[in-house]
Amino acid sequence: MTDATDRPTDVNGDEHVDETSETIVKTVEETRRDAHDIWVSGTEERYPFAGSTDEGAQEMLPEGDDPAASIQQGVSVDDDYTSEPRNDSEERQIINMGPQHPSTHGVLRLHLELEGETVRRVKPIIGYLHTGMEKTAETLTYAQGSTNVTRMDYLAPFHNELAFSLTVEQLLGLEVPDRASAIRVLMTELNRVSSHLLWAATQGMDIGALSMMIYGWREREVCLDFFEKTTGLRMNHNYIRPGGVAADLPDGWEDDVADLIVAVSGGLDEYEELLNENPIFLDRTMGVGVITPQECKQFGVTGPMARASGIPWDLRKSNPYCGIEQYEFDVPLGLHGDVHDRYTVRMAEMRESLKIVEQVTASMPRGDYRSEDRKVTPPPRKRIDESMEALIHHFKLFTEGIKVPEGTAYQSVEGPRGEVGCVIVSKGGAKPWRMHWRAPSFAAVQALPVMMTDSLVADVVASLASADPVLGDVDR
Amino acid sequence: MAGVSSEPGFLLTTLEKGVNWARTQSMWPASFGLACCAIEMMGTGAAHNDLARFGMEVFRASPRQADLMIVAGRVSQKMAPVLRQVYDQMAEPKWVLSMGACASTGGMFNNYALVQGVDQVVPVDMYVPGCPPGPQSLMHGILSLQEMVMDGTIRNSTGVV
Amino acid sequence: MTEMTEPDGAAAHVEGVANVTDNELVASIVDGIEGASVTEHRYASSETIYHMVAVPVDSWVAAVSAAKERGFDSYVDLYAVDHFAQAPRFEVGINLISMEANQRVLLTTRVPYDAPSVPTLTDVFAGANFYEREAFDLFGIDFPGHPDLTRILLPDDWEGHPLRKDTSVGSIPVQFKAGSVDL
Repeated sequence: MTDATDRPTDVNGDEHVDETSETIVKTVEETRRDAHDIWVSGTEERYPFAGSTDEGAQEMLPEGDDPAASIQQGVSVDDDYTSEPRNDSEERQIINMGPQHPSTHGVLRLHLELEGETVRRVKPIIGYLHTGMEKTAETLTYAQGSTNVTRMDYLAPFHNELAFSLTVEQLLGLEVPDRASAIRVLMTELNRVSSHLLWAATQGMDIGALSMMIYGWREREVCLDFFEKTTGLRMNHNYIRPGGVAADLPDGWEDDVADLIVAVSGGLDEYEELLNENPIFLDRTMGVGVITPQECKQFGVTGPMARASGIPWDLRKSNPYCGIEQYEFDVPLGLHGDVHDRYTVRMAEMRESLKIVEQVTASMPRGDYRSEDRKVTPPPRKRIDESMEALIHHFKLFTEGIKVPEGTAYQSVEGPRGEVGCVIVSKGGAKPWRMHWRAPSFAAVQALPVMMTDSLVADVVASLASADPVLGDVDR
Repeated sequence: MAGVSSEPGFLLTTLEKGVNWARTQSMWPASFGLACCAIEMMGTGAAHNDLARFGMEVFRASPRQADLMIVAGRVSQKMAPVLRQVYDQMAEPKWVLSMGACASTGGMFNNYALVQGVDQVVPVDMYVPGCPPGPQSLMHGILSLQEMVMDGTIRNSTGVV
Repeated sequence: MTEMTEPDGAAAHVEGVANVTDNELVASIVDGIEGASVTEHRYASSETIYHMVAVPVDSWVAAVSAAKERGFDSYVDLYAVDHFAQAPRFEVGINLISMEANQRVLLTTRVPYDAPSVPTLTDVFAGANFYEREAFDLFGIDFPGHPDLTRILLPDDWEGHPLRKDTSVGSIPVQFKAGSVDL
């Protein structure tokens, strides 16, 4: 007499008698939340962290059940661009991409609903790199803040530090010396070049031009060598701080920069020769991953992505900061908003940045590299032996920190991915009450559905690479 | 060299050495780049600091084909089950190298969001300090791990023969 | 409910600057909205002016829609702040740009602790979607009308809202595990 219902059994195979007379039936959700049956080679051990990788309500549900289906179909913005979805739900399949996958943009997880090879819905699931940086910022002083903030968009650390420092300076009402501003412009423009070089390398690799990945790093190493010489670190520099910069430029920096410009320009020429007329590259990038200007404005997509769609907006031109208005440079624009236009825009932007770097080198003002205000920047070490005031200032700055008056401020700069901004709410005191980061990649990831839907799976990778998201920025 | 009688014979010792040599000379990493350390890891694999000359020819996307998992970057609470799942999918012998301060101990982010050290989730064979460790530091860590495998100091990450 | 008035003698960071400032455009956003207040701010190391407009939560959608109609059609950011002891407790702010007029405005509103609910802006700006989910995830602010208000940065089974001020940062004491290395 076999019992058709499944009764839970213990290790010895004995059935448990239910206290209630009902069969225990697990709901779908409960079954999914249990730890997976992972094939663990060689051992039966399981550490307590082997929880489920199922993210419950954050995942994509079948079309009938998902309340946000229209957003995932990329039709949430009215931009006069329509598509006819077929309603054959039986032929559709939801697949998971990530968070560990070889397209090296970090730990982004995408749920794609496929109809054959065509993508119909996209749902990005993020948070796999959430570091609680905004909470950590409330425990750090303003001088320590740039160490935290620099690790958000880890490909453009100078821009992060600059946005943070400028916001603090806005609250302090502090103006930094001209040399400090010029050094800031120099470092951020070089950072734009190194970030776009990495983008070019990963874009090439994702499209299939693997040589780009190997050789794209060559010129980036030249930039990183200069960063190491100036700031001491290749990445995550903690160099641009409220009050100015941490140290002056090293001796002989003009020659280093001149060599760098020659090396990078040569490299750019080579990459353009490799890719510009390559028929495979053109086929894979033209008309792929289109985003319209209306969608850019609605989703908050800024930077090269917006400019490739034709929106003439660059914070360096419209809200110039750090004296960048004195340098002559163009802002390249695209027309179609596809992957190819983003490629052209970024390659041209690198050359424009090198132009700015040349001008900064030629016209670098003399003076202090940081503000003289002793309530913000510490005195030079030798002065501490000579002056009581210097000693007290040093003591106060390193035990308590910079005191910032009450208020709320926002400031943003043009990073390689768009508008990088910082909101600081201060209630007096040495630590921010709240620091919020306006991350450009967060908006770009949110706009992925409009770029990827109604195109092929292969184009998903190309679009994602051209959006250039940095997950440290997205998840903070 | 200790007494010969208690040790395996000459042939087996040489075979073991041969196996260890083979394991170190083509130890393929699984790509598990998470944050800033991943950029330095990619830089280590690129042309300037070429990791392929040490046998790490390709970064395998599939963990089933990989030997070494370099956890490069900060592991958040949401990522920990994924990390464990990828580790479990790797075939023996496998090693784990924890790259950077965040992977080793949680780094500068001692807060609610991060796992304070990836050794809470997977057993680690080599820790490489730095924030981020430069390519030379990472290579030093990888080569030290290869030396330890070569010597037989580490069999595999769980210590099981 | 604290009364919001024009702050006296603008805060220390506002300085007399000549350039692009369009108080009329910004003031026209809050035409007909009671209890609104506008402050002017200037960027550091720059001549750029922007405005912050505080509105009561009942006119939240109306104010943001009015801003969009007057040219502030580029969405930039949406954030939340926990003021804790200063009632109303939570502040939600939206950051908008008008590219034609080259103006930026930050509209803010406050909601109390016992009713942390701000009407959703996803019908006005599609980009507010993820940002409101983040504010819900980290602060517990509710956005009625949002199509998919689930957690976004934290695991789905996380309990609590970490960025609230009554939640600690969660640091664990450093454990010095005794270990030795044979060098």
